[in-house]
Amino acid sequence: MKRRNVLVGALAAFVSACNEVSETSVFRNLVDGAQSWHRGLHRALGFGRITMAPEYKPSEVSPFFRGNGSRDVDTDAYRQAEAEGFANWRLSVSGLVDNELSLSLADIRAMPQRTQITRHDCVEGWSAIGQWTGPQLSQVLDAGGLREGARFVVFRCADTLGGSEYYESVDLDDAYHPQTIIAHELNGEPLPVLNGAPLRMRIERQLGYKHAKYLTGIEVVDSLAPIAGGKGGYWEDRADYQWYAGI
Amino acid sequence: MTKLGKIKLAKRHALSTRLWHWINAISVIILFMSGLTISNAHRRLYWGDWGFDSSQAWFVAPMFPGWATIPTRYSLALARDYHIVFALVFGFSLLAFMLIALLNGHFRRDLFARAREWSPAHIWLDIKEHLRLNFEPVEGKYNILQKISYSGVVFVLLPLMVFTGMAMSPGMEAAWPWLSDIFGGRQSARSIHFICAFALLAFLIVHVLLVVLSGPIGQLRDMITGGQRK
Repeated sequence: MKRRNVLVGALAAFVSACNEVSETSVFRNLVDGAQSWHRGLHRALGFGRITMAPEYKPSEVSPFFRGNGSRDVDTDAYRQAEAEGFANWRLSVSGLVDNELSLSLADIRAMPQRTQITRHDCVEGWSAIGQWTGPQLSQVLDAGGLREGARFVVFRCADTLGGSEYYESVDLDDAYHPQTIIAHELNGEPLPVLNGAPLRMRIERQLGYKHAKYLTGIEVVDSLAPIAGGKGGYWEDRADYQWYAGI
Repeated sequence: MTKLGKIKLAKRHALSTRLWHWINAISVIILFMSGLTISNAHRRLYWGDWGFDSSQAWFVAPMFPGWATIPTRYSLALARDYHIVFALVFGFSLLAFMLIALLNGHFRRDLFARAREWSPAHIWLDIKEHLRLNFEPVEGKYNILQKISYSGVVFVLLPLMVFTGMAMSPGMEAAWPWLSDIFGGRQSARSIHFICAFALLAFLIVHVLLVVLSGPIGQLRDMITGGQRK
């Protein structure tokens, strides 16, 4: 009994030490360092080639594609857009680009398309396989023309969660990755509202929260610090999720 | 033989073994407890590549209570921070230990069982001696049950934790796509990761129990100072 009390006491002390450590800047630096290490290992172990997320056969597609986070956008503007079949939806391309663009769904469908069957991994732990179709982000960025100093691509969204606008960002490595597409179709059908209609990002080498839904804008920036909470994404700002979600 | 060589040989546990033992103990405990928080985020386990609802699940883990998790209050982001930091400490210290133990003969000398130790009669004898709380090996440093359990942990469970963990990471999987294939898909890797974590917990409990039964003060002292080789 006494020994058990000592063990329970030791465990409690250990856990409370952990809880305190989490608040310190040393720990935050350690976490940032670990993220870079993981990212560096992921790139290094690809031995110089562009690493690609696995792609699956049509027979391996999940019968239903789960939606998480925002499953709808509860605004009048979105309801109206949905009623119009998103015919007037615009995707803006702005920031450090030579030509600012405002693309319609027709413009996006007219670009060369990539179709890929990939697995979506949620940070919580579940996975679903779906077939996505859309133009590569690299084509849209090239159409805009990146200006000097461009380092990150920010995705602006129509949905809000807990009163804040959803947004996400990636570096140019993931922005120009061949599997990074602006998807407007899931499993051969227009993207359902649950999964981000009419447009969502696919960032296939990272977890689900990077795959911004209800996409309204693409913004090229040199720094993430001035945007919202400054950590590069909704969940990063709100709950300190890892910005590099490839882990 | 040099004086230094003599001192080195006289130690019961090599410095590298002791260092790794404690770094590994701390890493595994933090990884296990932060892993329980990650499990709480989505408690269902699946086989194959994908799965998200109960009809696909083979097991639903219980909700682990705050006293068993890191951090105490539910925070998936913070639990992942701990997991991401200590996964590196755990993985690289295991790699270093394995290389050194291969080179300094620790594996060959102390962990690999000789042919005669594998005889059922010898194993049965060792089980009976364990029940009498006599843990002294007939020869060498470890008895056959120790060799089997230590080897199982070092060569099977710990590497499986590393590789199933790597298979679950989407950035890693893009670099080594064969990794999740080996385990039968990402959700299978996740299930194996979970099972091995609890196998390690079982090992930890038995390990600590046997240390307590076999003279805990001396055992702890030797794993810190190195002790004397008998």
